This record gives sequence, C-alpha cells and structure tokens, in this order.
Amino acid sequence: MDYLNTKGRIFNIQRFSIHDGPGIRTIVFLKGCFMRCAWCCNPESQRYDIETLYENGSPKTVGKDVLVKDLIPEVLADVPFYRRSGGGVTLSGGEVLAQPEFARDLLRAFKNEGLHTAIETTANAPFEVIESVLPYLDLCLMDIKHMDSKKHKEYTTSGNERILENAKKIAESGVELIIRTPVIPTFNDTAEEIKAISKFASTLKGVKEHHLLPYHRLGQDKYTGLHRNYALKDIEPPTKEKMEYLKSVAEESGLKIQIGG
Amino acid sequence: MENVKFVIEKSSRIQKLIDDLYENMPEIESARGLLVTESYKQTENLPIIKRRSACFSHILKNIPIVIRDRELIVGSATVHPRGCQVFPEYSFEWLEAEFDTVETRAADPFYISEQTKKELREAYKYWKGKTTSDLAKSYMDERAYEAFVTHGMFTPGNYFYNGIGHVNVNYEKILKIGYRGIIEEAKKAKDKVEVYCPEYMQRINFLDAVIESAEAVILYAKRYSELAYELAEKERDYTRRQELLEIAKNCERVPEFGATNFYEACQSFWFIQLLLQVESSGHSISPGRFDQYMYPFYKKDLDEGKITVEKAQELIDCIWVKLNDINKVRDAVSADGFAGYGMFQNLIVGGQDVRGIDATNDLSFMCLEASMHVPLPQPSISIRVWNGSPQDLLIKAAALTRLGTGLPAYYNDEVIIPSIMSRGVTLEDARDYCIIGCVEPQKGGKTDGWHDAAFFNMCRPMELVFTQGVDKGKQIGPRTKSVYEMTSFEEFYDAYKEQQAYFIKLLVNANNAIDVAHAKRCPLPFQSSMVSDCIGRGKSLQEGGAIYNFTGPQGFGIANNTDGLVAIRKLVFDDKKLTMREFKEAMDNNFGYGYTGAGAINLTKDIANELAKKGIPVNEEIVSAIYRSVTTAGTLTDGEKRKYREVKRLIDEDCPKYGNDIFEIDMFARDVANTYTKEVEKYRNPRGGVFQAGLYPVSANVPLGTQTGATPDGRLAFTPIADGIGPASGRDKKGPTATANSVAKLEQDVASNGTLLNQKFHPSALQGAQGLAKFVALIRSYFDQKGMHVQFNVVTRETLLDAQQNPENYKTLVVRVAGYSALFTSLSKSLQDDIIARTEQGF
Repeated sequence: MDYLNTKGRIFNIQRFSIHDGPGIRTIVFLKGCFMRCAWCCNPESQRYDIETLYENGSPKTVGKDVLVKDLIPEVLADVPFYRRSGGGVTLSGGEVLAQPEFARDLLRAFKNEGLHTAIETTANAPFEVIESVLPYLDLCLMDIKHMDSKKHKEYTTSGNERILENAKKIAESGVELIIRTPVIPTFNDTAEEIKAISKFASTLKGVKEHHLLPYHRLGQDKYTGLHRNYALKDIEPPTKEKMEYLKSVAEESGLKIQIGG
Repeated sequence: MENVKFVIEKSSRIQKLIDDLYENMPEIESARGLLVTESYKQTENLPIIKRRSACFSHILKNIPIVIRDRELIVGSATVHPRGCQVFPEYSFEWLEAEFDTVETRAADPFYISEQTKKELREAYKYWKGKTTSDLAKSYMDERAYEAFVTHGMFTPGNYFYNGIGHVNVNYEKILKIGYRGIIEEAKKAKDKVEVYCPEYMQRINFLDAVIESAEAVILYAKRYSELAYELAEKERDYTRRQELLEIAKNCERVPEFGATNFYEACQSFWFIQLLLQVESSGHSISPGRFDQYMYPFYKKDLDEGKITVEKAQELIDCIWVKLNDINKVRDAVSADGFAGYGMFQNLIVGGQDVRGIDATNDLSFMCLEASMHVPLPQPSISIRVWNGSPQDLLIKAAALTRLGTGLPAYYNDEVIIPSIMSRGVTLEDARDYCIIGCVEPQKGGKTDGWHDAAFFNMCRPMELVFTQGVDKGKQIGPRTKSVYEMTSFEEFYDAYKEQQAYFIKLLVNANNAIDVAHAKRCPLPFQSSMVSDCIGRGKSLQEGGAIYNFTGPQGFGIANNTDGLVAIRKLVFDDKKLTMREFKEAMDNNFGYGYTGAGAINLTKDIANELAKKGIPVNEEIVSAIYRSVTTAGTLTDGEKRKYREVKRLIDEDCPKYGNDIFEIDMFARDVANTYTKEVEKYRNPRGGVFQAGLYPVSANVPLGTQTGATPDGRLAFTPIADGIGPASGRDKKGPTATANSVAKLEQDVASNGTLLNQKFHPSALQGAQGLAKFVALIRSYFDQKGMHVQFNVVTRETLLDAQQNPENYKTLVVRVAGYSALFTSLSKSLQDDIIARTEQGF
C-alpha cells in the first residue's frame, strides 16, 4: 500500500464541479506546469513552488503538500453524488503529468475505490509518463490548442509535436479521449484554425467529441494578486454567435462538437 | 436537445389575465367585515357553530361578485384584483392601528380608501372583547403571554390574530358528489344521532351548520351563473359571449353536483378553494394532490375527444392566475415574517399512490408547465420525489427551477412517509401525503395539522444562558448557573437545554390556549364538512373532528447555535484561548462593531427613551448623535474594539462551522436540532393530538433576527438568523454537495412537521440537457441521504441588485423566500438583502 503514501503538491480541491467531465465531479488541482499559456486562468497553478496570492489585498498561501491517502476522504465524501450523476474524480492542474508518481498513485487509489477517473492535461510529457497513468484512467480530457507548432510555441512557450504524437498514442491505448480547445481570440479563433484541430481530432482512433472552451477572463485578477503581468488584457471573450459559428465549421469533421466543458 | 416533455404553447389570454391582476396595488375591501358584523349582531342567542354558518351564508348571499375580463374560471373574493377582505372575528385592533400606514409600509402594502376605513371603524366597535384573540389571551398563562408578547421568546402570533388555515380538504369528494352530496351525508348523519346521546344538540347543531354552509355555497355559485348570463346578453364579441354562456352553465351545475367534465371540475375546484378563504382568514389552504384528483376528469374528456391538451392547459393556467387573485392583509410584523403577499396554497404533483406505486400522470407535467406559463408566487408548487419517480418528470421540474421563481419545492417520499407514520398515520394514508403551506406534510382530507403553530427562535434561550434567564431586566427563564462559574462545556450546554425546555412548555401553553379559543369562537362548518371524520363525529375540525390532529411549532437557529456552541467549547473550554468573561463581554459589545438595520433604530429609540425618562431633554440632534454612536460602536475605545473584534476573528477563523461536511460538527448540529424536536414531541394538544416540531423559519429569521442580540457564533446583533436547516449565511465554503451532506446528518424525520433547505444556484448550473440532468442528480443524491426537502433560488445576484434599484421593471419577479415564493419587490429591504447574501452556489 505504499502508493497511498506518495507525496505531491496540490493547490485546490473543487467539489461539485459540473463542467469537467461527466456527472458531478470533484477536481483535485495539482500544482506546477511545463507550459506558460498566455491566457491561463489559473496562473497560481503554473509554478511548482508554494507561493502567495493576494485576494482583495489579503494574502493566501497557494500550494500544499499532501499524501495520496490524505485526499481520499474528501473525494469519497461525494460518492452519493457521483453515483446518481455518473460522475467521479478529475485531476487537473497545473499539469497533472508534471507530478507523474503522485498523479499515477492518486488515480490508482481512486480507481481502487471504484470511482470514475479523469484527467485534464496538455499531454505534453514523455509518453512513458502518460503510459504509467493509463491503467488507472477512464477518461482523458486533452487539450489541442493549435495545429501550427510555431504559433503554439509563441503563445504557450512550447511546440506541439510531442502533444500531437501523444494524442495518437493515447487514442490507440483505448482509453476514452476527448479533445478540448480553449478558443482564444487572436490566437486560434479563426474558422481555419479550429477546423484544422477538429480535423486532426477526427483522425484519432475512437475520438468522438471535440469541446470548444470559450476564453474567459476570470483569472485576470489573480495575475494582479501574484504581481504578474497579464498579457491578454485587451482581449474580449468570443461572443456566443462566434462560438456557434466555430462549432458549425468544426462539425464538418464529423465529430460531436460541444461548447464548454 | 433538452427533451423536456409537455412544452405547450401559452395561450395569449393568460398573459393578459396576469397583467390585469398586477396593474394596481392590492386593496382592502370592507364587504365581508361589514356582513359578518351584521350577521353576528342578529345571532347573539344562537350556538356558536350556527352563528358561523349563518354569517357564512349571509356573506355569500350579499358579498359583491365579479367576473373579470377574459376569465374562464370565475369567482373572486374581492371586486378589485388581488384585493383582500377582513376577518374581524379573529382580531382587528392591529389593522385599525395601521389604517394610515398600511399603504406605505415596506412589506406587503395595501391601499385602503377613507370610506372603507370609516365603515370598518364603525363595525369594529362591535368586536371589542369578542374575538378569538381576546379569548386566547384570557386562556393563556401570564408567563406564556409575557414570553410571547413582551420578550419575543416565541411567536404564535399568526393563529393568535388570524384563522388557522393550513388544511387540505377532500377536493376529490366534492368534485364527485358536490355539496348536494355533502348535504345528503349530513342529513343521514343527523338521522343516526340518537336522541339520548350526551352530545346530541352539539352534533345536530354542527350538522345543521354544515347543511346551511353547503346551501350557501350552492347559492353563491348560482349568483355567478346569473351574472354570467347577464354579461353574455350584453356581450357583443361572439367568442366571449359563448365563453360566458359556458361559464353560466358550469356555475349552474357545480359545485352543487359532481363535475361531469374537466372544465366543470376546474370551476368546482376553484369555488372550494376560494370559499375556504372567505370562511376564514387562515392561510395555507393547500390544494394538495391536484394532479391526482383532477386526472380522471381530464382523462375521460381526452379519451372521448372532448378536450385537447392545449385547452386543458389553458384551464389549468387560468386556475393558477386565480390562485394569485386571493390575498390577505397581515399586521406589519407578520407581514415581515410572511413577506411577499404569501398565501401558501401548496399544490403538489407526483409521488406514490396509496399502494406505493408511482402516480405521475399528464397533469403532473401540465401543472409544472402551468407554473412556467404563470410565473407568479401562487400556487406554491411542489413535487414529490422517490426512487420510482420518472426521470422526465424531474427534468421537467428542473426546467421550471431554472426559470428562477424558486418553484417547485422538492420533497422526499422516502423520508416523509416513515416520518408521519411515526406520528400514527397509517401506511396507506402516509403514502398519500401532500404538503401544506410551506413545507408541512399531512394526509389530506383527514388532518387538522395546526402546522406553523409558532416560530421558536432557538437563539433566544441561548441568549438567556448568558443572563441566567433575565430579559429586559426581568427574570423570565430559569435561573441557571452563572456562565462565569461554569467549569465544563456540558454545564453550558445543559443550561441552554434547560432554558429552551422551559420556554417550550410556555409555548405549548400559548398554543393550546389559542387552540381552545378557535374551537369556542371560530369553529368552521364549511371547512369541517370536507375533512374526515367531522361529519361522522358531529363536530368541527377546530373541536377535534379530524382523524389526525397535530400542533406543529417550528424552530430555527440550528446553524447559529451549533456554531456558537462549538466556538464556546473550543475557545473557552478546550483551547482555553478565552475566558467566558471575555467571550460574553465581546458579545455584549457586538464584537466591537456598530449596530445595523432596524435593530440600530430600535436601540436608538430605547436609549432616547431612557434619557427622556431621566428628564434629559431629547431633541433631534441628540437622537442623531445616539444613532451615530450606536451604528459605529462609538462608546468603545479603539483598544476595546480591537479586543472584541479579535474574539469574533477567533470564532470566524479558528472554529469549524456547520455546513462544511465535517462529521463531528454536523452530528453535533443534529443533537442541537434534537434539543428542540425531541422536547416539543412530549406534549399534547386539546384536540387529542400530539405536538410535532418543524425546523423552518418561513421568513421570520430576518424580523426575529432584529430582536436577537449578538450570538456566540460571531453573528452580529440584529442581523438575520440562519435560514432553515441550512448553514449560516456565507459559512458554507465547500459547495452544494458538502452542504447537502451536512444537512442530511440532521435527524430530519423527527421534524415531522417539515424541514426546509434553501439552496441558491446560478442559472449557468442548469444549462442544457446535461445541466438539468446533473441538477436532478444533485437532488436525488441529497434525498438518498435522507434529506426531506430542498428548494432553489436560481437567479443572478446582478438581477436581484438591479431589481432592488429599479423595482418598477421587476413587478412580477418571483424569488424563493423560505417555504414559499414571493414577489421580490414586495419584500422589505432587509429581507431582500438576506436573499442576496445567501451563498450563491456558482461555479
């Protein structure tokens, strides 16, 4: 039972989450990410270090070290809700795969409790890491943000080659895979860009859904609270009509397109 | 696709009916008040039950009647839409005193003309000393009266000043046999009363009163029939003329005889519903299982091709509008407690039948659809949920919830059925329960539930622990040990239980006194004729004629007391961070903060009066200086403020709180709730029934909060008490699943008079088919864990703030208040603020 003692760093647990996977879910947010996407709505999740976020002027410590077994009671507290709704637990971040042992052992523990498990990931990690979590995973919610590696790198600090490669391998593994794209004005909100992603997604084995997540600014205050600069200050969230339009062009891929998680 | 069933187009008639209804401020009319006075003057020598039927008959013969434009279902208690009649036989002094302020008060204003004032003043002269209220007072022990009136330890004011109401009569029977059938039944019952029977005359008188009342109702409907014929003759629009002729025909037949089709059943239903509220001023006259007793008429017409689903829907919609045409004026204090012109006509759909089989039918869906077409406070629509409830009915209900009117309220069969069985209701009867008023379950047609018997503010006995039973300088409770001398938490907790148990005894005394007064002065023959087994027993509901009899006073403040007791245990006894003296001193000084709201105004008045009494001249300048000082804690030094605020900080930040899914804390809350519920159930009422507790505040947690000082949970003085059985406002930090888990830990089935959980959601949570399904799953999961009731406000904070600023744009914005929904703009500012402040479960 050693895996129950694996240590990791989280920064939040969100119960009654209804937009991140099927049913009513609990999300465990892991701290630390490989990438620095300009629009990130959880900037406090990016660094692995424990840091201080100012909320309305008062300091709040972000980041806490825990053992796998410490998280089990709180996640199990909502089992009645998972059961009725077909929900479960989702690991998110940060980047889940940035803490490979911890992520694997958390998933293993939750799987042993009979829960439906999901991760939200960039899949930007060596495939061996991904492979290690797949046995304990029911659903992989994976981002593909852009098909052009150069532009991808410009906005996220990383190219997309490994991501696209991993997408194919995850799809081959048989674990349910849903592709998600944050729709960011000026970055990827043209019909061509979205269409290209959707088309790629449709070539992945077993993939049936592509979710378009409209950009929002809810994270903006946190940048100020972390004394960081928010690069996308002047960008307006896409309109409802725009999203509907992008949905309709993405549908040409034959996938089921959904707006929002 | 969301795939919500029974989406039916709303007929254009319905919106016009709604608009007409809300065009003007409701008005107080004098007709009933004058007629009842006239009749009483003529019947001084009759037994009371005969006086009641005589006055009911006199009213129905003479009260003005009106058919409003475009109505299909007719019958109005007042000439003016949403108007109200008065009921001086219960009490009148409060209204007379408020004649000049009732139009301008914050909660539920009513227009009253000078002519009406004059007429009522004259009539009121007759009633001095003759009301139920006068008699109740004379029966009440002085300690109970003082605790109620002077000290606000509990408030049985509703039944002290008004009729009881809170009943579900046997609509099904009237729809089948009509009042002619009731008359026949009463005549047969009379024949069976043996002449040697010791209650011979009482029984005969009662049955005669039933007959006279039923005849009066038949005659009243005939008046409508004649009026409809008259109007038809004058009507130039062909379609409307045909409608009026059909109305005339309907009213000729029902409710005298059984209904022969759905339209007649609707009209018959409405006369029953309306006239129950003309006979007495009691509210919460609840239609109950409307989808069940109306269904046979609908099914027959539909099968025979005599009605379309659309036409049936329009008729149901028309009834929904009419349910909002009935109104009631209350005294200013009660208006705060029942704010929003609430009539609490609870109508419930779905659930099991007497065999335990799911009873959902087309009408269950169409009733929910009607509440979407008519987004008004009435009826208080509810839905029964159990493991066998069809998912599509719950999805339909969720789609209604999403509209944001706070409707429907969800009830759990799996908790309520065993709960009321534990009070002696049979299995079959329990399966057939309906909800009365806010949240109170009963078997309809057989019960006098006396639900809503009183508000019991559990924070008040807690206050008295700190003062050793002294309030306003008087020893009104037991002299429990000084808190300074207490050496263990158990001592403190025991003192609280002792204080509370004492006031529960006084509450029982007050309730029973009022109960007897109603039996002696206002027995209700019409209402009694439709509840078993009044006719068989030959006595009114008020005298114990019902098969099941209860008295249900409702407690609230569980969250505050739980959090407060936990704080005392932790900070004073376990961690020893504070002494009891420091704790009490901080509370006495409102934790170093200024007072707010109505409480601050009252305190200013008290201080000014004190000064005046001492002979110090009090002018405007001094009053405003006092007010400034009161609202800014001006009498405290900065050092003191810091010290007291630090106590609050320790309570707020270092002590765990109810509502966050912490097992030990939630189980302690269960124990705190049981200090009330298990005490109340020890007592009996004069109708041969037992007391049973409810746990819900209606909206009294706000006005009664203004009478409650700072509490040990860090709640500031005069602010609202926690609402229902939910966590205190803003203290639930872990979202709706954690809240549900916490609240489900309470022993809700012991509170067989009903519990109430308010949840507030952002509309985004119910978007799309998935949103609806997840929402339904949330309710089902709470109910899996033995939650009894839950209801939701789905409206954005921005909308409410805007409505506060621009009420004229939100004349019909309906929100969930407590066990009912109300017009947001008719609520007082403080209650509006409370609703806005309740945690919004957004994501």
